[in-house]
Amino acid sequence: MTALLEVEHLSMRFEGLLAVDDLSFAARGREITAIIGPNGAGKTTVFNCLTGFYRPQVGRIALDGGGETHFLERMDGFRIAREAGVARTFQNIRIFAGMTVLENLIVAQHNVLMRASLYSVGGLLGLPVYRRAEAEAVAKARLWLDRVGLVERADDVAGALPYGAQRRLEIARAMCTEPRLLCLDEPAAGLNANESAELIRLLVSIRDTQGIGILLIEHDMSVVMGISDHLIVLDYGRKIADGAADAVRRDPAVIKAYLGEEEGAALPPVVAEDLGARDPP
Amino acid sequence: MAAERRAAPARMSLLDPLKDAVVAAAIALALALPLVGFETVDTGSPGTRVATRFGWVAIGVGAVFLGRLALSLARRSGLWRRRAAPRPQARTTTAQTHAIRLAGPLLVLFAAALPFLPFSSRYLVDLATTVLIYIMLGWGLNVVVGLAGLLDLGYVAFYAVGAYSFALVARWFGLTFWEALPVSGLLAASFGLILGFPVLRLRGDYLAIVTLGFGEMVRIILTNWSQVTGGPNGINGIPRPSFLGMPFLPRAPEGAVTFSQFFGIPFSPTQRIVFLYFVILALALITNLFTLRLRRLPIGRAWEALREDEIACRALGIDPTKVKLSAFAIGAMLGGFAGAFFATRQGFISPESFTFQESATILAIVVLGGMGSQMGVVLAAVVLVTLPEFGRAFAEFRMLLFGAAMVAIMVWRPRGLLAQRAPSLRLARPAAEAT
Repeated sequence: MTALLEVEHLSMRFEGLLAVDDLSFAARGREITAIIGPNGAGKTTVFNCLTGFYRPQVGRIALDGGGETHFLERMDGFRIAREAGVARTFQNIRIFAGMTVLENLIVAQHNVLMRASLYSVGGLLGLPVYRRAEAEAVAKARLWLDRVGLVERADDVAGALPYGAQRRLEIARAMCTEPRLLCLDEPAAGLNANESAELIRLLVSIRDTQGIGILLIEHDMSVVMGISDHLIVLDYGRKIADGAADAVRRDPAVIKAYLGEEEGAALPPVVAEDLGARDPP
Repeated sequence: MAAERRAAPARMSLLDPLKDAVVAAAIALALALPLVGFETVDTGSPGTRVATRFGWVAIGVGAVFLGRLALSLARRSGLWRRRAAPRPQARTTTAQTHAIRLAGPLLVLFAAALPFLPFSSRYLVDLATTVLIYIMLGWGLNVVVGLAGLLDLGYVAFYAVGAYSFALVARWFGLTFWEALPVSGLLAASFGLILGFPVLRLRGDYLAIVTLGFGEMVRIILTNWSQVTGGPNGINGIPRPSFLGMPFLPRAPEGAVTFSQFFGIPFSPTQRIVFLYFVILALALITNLFTLRLRRLPIGRAWEALREDEIACRALGIDPTKVKLSAFAIGAMLGGFAGAFFATRQGFISPESFTFQESATILAIVVLGGMGSQMGVVLAAVVLVTLPEFGRAFAEFRMLLFGAAMVAIMVWRPRGLLAQRAPSLRLARPAAEAT
C-alpha cells in the first residue's frame, strides 16, 4: 500500500525559531499515525502546515487524492479541506458554540449543500433537489451523531455540551466533510479514562469502517499506544524516531527525549505552552 | 438613614459608602463645574458676558452625593444587588418564544389594518412608515452584523447608494419607482462587494473602523460631487410611486388616469401616504421572508458559522471570502431597496439624511433587538423611532431620555430585547419556525 500522505523536507521557521526542521514522514490510509513529542516539539506546527494555516518555507506535502496528487503546501486552507479532503480538529476545541449540535454537522457539509441549493437560488425557490440534499445531509449527520453518542442532544446548543462531548462533536463534524485524512490535535486532552476508552473505540472504528488515514497528535500514552499503527516522534522540530509503536517505545533516543532520563516514568510536567498554539509572527 | 444601618455587622460599613459617595460627588463636581457652572448671557448690547450658576452645581453635586450614598447603603443591605455578569438566563425563555411566534402574524395583521383603524391619522401612518423603513434597514444590517458577525458601522452608505441611484436613474432615464427598484438594489449590492473586498481580512474593531470610514466616504462624495449628486443641495423632484401606473395627483396629467379618478373617489393627499405605507410594508415583509429563508439555507448557516469561528469554517472547506462577500452584498442590497423607497417617499434627498447618526441608529436597532432576532429588530425599531417622538414634549431633554432608555435596556437585557436563537433545522421535525 502506498502512502496517503507524504511529507518531504518540511521546514517551518518563525523569525529565529526553527519550529519544524527538515521533517520527512509518510502516513498511510487505513492506518492511525501518531505524532508524539514533548511540548514545543513542533507537532501542532506540522498540523498547521498540513492544513494550510501556515505556509512552510521549505518542503513538499503530497496527498494522494485517488488519481491526482494534491500538493498541500501550495493550497489555501479551505481548499485543502474541500478539494484534498483533509479534515482536522483543534487542540482547543473549535465548535460553533452558539449553533446546535446538528447545525454544526450540517455546516460541515456546506459545499455539498451549496451546490445542491444552486448557490442559494434553488434553495430560495424551495426546489426538490435541495430538499432531498438537505434530508441526506441530516441523515448523514444523524449517522455520525449516533456513532459519537450525541443523537439525544442533536437540537441542543453545542456550547452547552460537556467537554468530552464537544470533542466527540468536533470529530463527527470533521467526518461529515468526508475526508481522506483526518488530523486530530490532542483529541484525548481533558478526557477521563472512560471517555478516552470511548475515543479509542471511535477512532479505531473510523479507521476500519471508513478506510481513511488518521493522523493524531496526542500526549495520552494510553491512547497513543492503544491505537497507533505507526508512531513518529518529534523533538525540537526534528524527527527522532519513526516506526511501529512497540519499536519506538523501546528506542533509547525517544525515552531520553520524551520521558527524560527515567525510563517508564510518567509524562513530564507541562514545561511550555505548545508551540503550535501560538500565532505565526 | 444612617441610624438604620448601624446594625450592620462590620464597623467600617458606614465609612466605605461615605467615601464612595464623596468620590462620586467629586467627580460630579469636576464635570458639572464647567458644564453647568458657567453660562454665557446675551447682554443686549452686542456681546455676551459669563454668568455663574454655582447654585445649580451645588444642587447637582448634593444629589449625586446623597444618591450614591443611598445606593451603596441599599446594596450593602441586600435590597439591591449588583449582577456580576450578564446572566445566561437573560435569554428569552421557551414560553416567550411561543408568544413571539404567535405575535408575528398578529403584528402583520395589525400593520395591514393600521391605516383603517379608528384612531389612525396621517401622522400615525407617516410615523409607521418611518418605523418600517428602519425595520427593513435593521433586517438588512442583521444579515451582516447579527448573522455573519461583521460589525458594520457604515451601513448608511448602502442606504444612500440606493436612494441616490434611484433618484439619478429616475432623472436620467425616466424610470419609475418599480423599474428603478432593482437597479438600486443591484448598485447597492455592488457597493457592498466594493466595501467587502478590502475588509476581508479584518475583524472586530478594525472592520468597524474601516466600514465607518466607508460610510463617511460615501457621504463626502455625495456632498462634493455636485455635478452629479447636486452636492449639499441634494436632488429634488424625485418621482413618486404610482399604483399600477396611476399617479396620486389631484388632477390627471395628459393621457393618464389618477388613482382617485379610477376608483371614483375624491382625491385626498392621505391616499398617497397610505399607499407608501403599504409599499414599505410589502417591501419589509418580503425582506423578512427572504432573510428568514436564507438563514435556513447553507449560505445562512455559513454566515452564522463564520460569526462563531472563522478558523473552524476554513478547516471545514468553507471559503470565508465568499461567505463574507455574500453577507455584505445581500445586506447592502436590502439597504439599497430601503434607500430607494426613502427617496421616493421624501421626493427629495440630500447627504444630510445619510450621516453616521443613521448608521448608529440602525446598528442600535439590531443590537438592542437582540443580534440575529427578526422580531427583536421590529421591537427595537418601534422603540427607537417612536421614543424620540413621544419625547418631543421634553424638548431638549429628548436625547437624554433616549440615551437613558438605551442604557436601561442594556442593563436589564444585555443580550438584547429578544435574544433567542431559533435553530435553523431540527433533527426531530423539519426546520422549526424561526422568530
